[in-house]
Amino acid sequence: MKRILTAATAVIALAVGIGSANAADKLKACWMYVGPHNDGGYSEGHDVGRQMVEKQLGDKVETSYVESIAEGPDAERALERLARSGCEIIFSTSFGFMDPTIKVAAKFPKVKFEHATGFKSSENVGTYNARFYEGRYIAGQIAAKQSKAGVAGYIVSFPIPEVVMGINSFMLGAQSINPDFKLKIVWVNSWFDPAKEADAAKALFDQGADIITQHTDSPAPLQIAQERGLHGFGQAHNMYKFAPKAQYTAIVDTWGPYYVKRVQAALDGTWKAEQIWDGLKDGIMEMADYTNLPDDVVASAKDTQAKIEAGTLHPFKGPIFKQDGTEVIGEGKTLDDGTLLSMNWYVKGIDDKLPQ
Amino acid sequence: MTTLMLEGILLTIITAATPLLFASIGELVTERSGVLNLGVEGMMAMGAVVGFAVAHSTGNIALGVVGAIVAGMAMAALFGVVTLIFVANQVASGLALTLFGLGLSGLIGDAFVGVPGAGLARVSIPGLSDLPVVGLLFRLDPLTYLAVAITIAVSWFLFRMRGGLILRAVGDSHVSAHALGYSVIRVRFMAVLFGGACAGLAGAYLSLVYTPQWTQAMTAGRGWIALALVVFATWLPGRVVIGALLFGGVSILQLHAQALGVGVPSQFLSALPYLTTIVVLVIISRNRALVRANTPAALGQSFVPDR
Repeated sequence: MKRILTAATAVIALAVGIGSANAADKLKACWMYVGPHNDGGYSEGHDVGRQMVEKQLGDKVETSYVESIAEGPDAERALERLARSGCEIIFSTSFGFMDPTIKVAAKFPKVKFEHATGFKSSENVGTYNARFYEGRYIAGQIAAKQSKAGVAGYIVSFPIPEVVMGINSFMLGAQSINPDFKLKIVWVNSWFDPAKEADAAKALFDQGADIITQHTDSPAPLQIAQERGLHGFGQAHNMYKFAPKAQYTAIVDTWGPYYVKRVQAALDGTWKAEQIWDGLKDGIMEMADYTNLPDDVVASAKDTQAKIEAGTLHPFKGPIFKQDGTEVIGEGKTLDDGTLLSMNWYVKGIDDKLPQ
Repeated sequence: MTTLMLEGILLTIITAATPLLFASIGELVTERSGVLNLGVEGMMAMGAVVGFAVAHSTGNIALGVVGAIVAGMAMAALFGVVTLIFVANQVASGLALTLFGLGLSGLIGDAFVGVPGAGLARVSIPGLSDLPVVGLLFRLDPLTYLAVAITIAVSWFLFRMRGGLILRAVGDSHVSAHALGYSVIRVRFMAVLFGGACAGLAGAYLSLVYTPQWTQAMTAGRGWIALALVVFATWLPGRVVIGALLFGGVSILQLHAQALGVGVPSQFLSALPYLTTIVVLVIISRNRALVRANTPAALGQSFVPDR
């Protein structure tokens, strides 16, 4: 059913969204989203970035987007339509758009493609991503300092490397403060299902966690935290207004500056396909204001953030051990990007069994 | 396991079951009249968005609930006109209603994305709510009480009242009911409207009680689960309650099992609510004669009165 739904939306979106292109001399930049442009989460983050491009380069650039495109064959059709309709640079913003992007890009060598969070590239396909794990490490440290029970709950979507990397980074951050810190993990098998996320939060709190964090998109878990007088972290967006008494901070996606830079490069003729994995220091993401925290915890969080930005602290610096105790990397060395991007194991101290 | 934790779990289960109960009991009445409305998900989404929008704009949650009911009924009326008066195919029209509802709700709700809602407070019934263990049953939100009341009323109406008999007759054999002088179209239209009102309530429960916020597609497939529950419950209100509680219960308990770290793959645990509900309802529906007696024989068939 969902396929039919998304296919139908895709058709409508294409018919409505692309029809309006006419301005001939402007560069046409296009975006493709996996969810609605106003989902209040991941896709909206990209759309805010698009609006920034529109605002800053609006006299030279025309932007458009297609939304709610299913990952898979629909994505290929939608991309092809975008390329045919005269888009000169196309940002495909979801992990599952990876293969369709590579395929369509081969047919349109003159069009520039950028794919978010993937690992395949070509002559005219660049990739970009943010090092969200940097923020997770800071969140882990805050959790370990603030939790009275020494237990945090973690609501997660699917066992892909990006998610596993986040869990490990959070745990490593927490362990750097409290080596006995415990993490309870619940998989809800969805990126976005507010009610289910709320249920997961309740279950975790009922079982003794007093801090919650998530790799799903809705603010529902934070609302539950607020209701219970407990705390948590926002995801992808600053969720402060949903839970002004509960949010410690949030890892906020800020794709805007990156998009402006890349579209500008396309305008200047200096664009080439690159693999970009930026972090806190590059402004592709940021930490929301630290709130509901004592001053010393805020100070140490800011200190950690500064060290990460300066490159003197890396969350995945050795020694790091897997759950069974085998050493992944020794003292003084840091995991390389390839290992991070294919991570399918938990660090020592996590009780959960990773779904395969 | 402490009493407090047990109470927490029970409360969560009831919360998870309530929207399913609303939507299923409404669809049950619709189907008992012989109409298959697959648009539950769309009507729910409309109820959720209108409920949230009205509650947020007026600051009055009760008005929001009324708005959700009206929105659900408006969608149902559209379906009724198309399928009952213009005799369009019910399955296709129902699917279209879902698509339409999900899309339109997104459009209406554009301004309300990312706006925190107020949420409906729980109501304690004095005296009863202080009882040990069962006391928590008297400390729920008003909409849950309403869901229970509606279910009892529907059961009473269907099997104890003349109107219910007529409705079931229309659903079993519209030709005979017509021959006896009952207005098949009118009865069905009212049943469809009731289904819409209940789906609207289910949506309101999601956007005003469960998670006080609006986002597109927040119903996340619950309308489809409600539809399935009606079939597995063999069109009996009591079994719909069992099905909703069972589905809600297992989906909550599997989250607890995960948090406890039992070594079962989470994908399997996530599938458990569906599996358990199907298995249990199939087992209690072993009696073929009973199933046949309760299945609306004219379900999904259009009726054109001969002039």
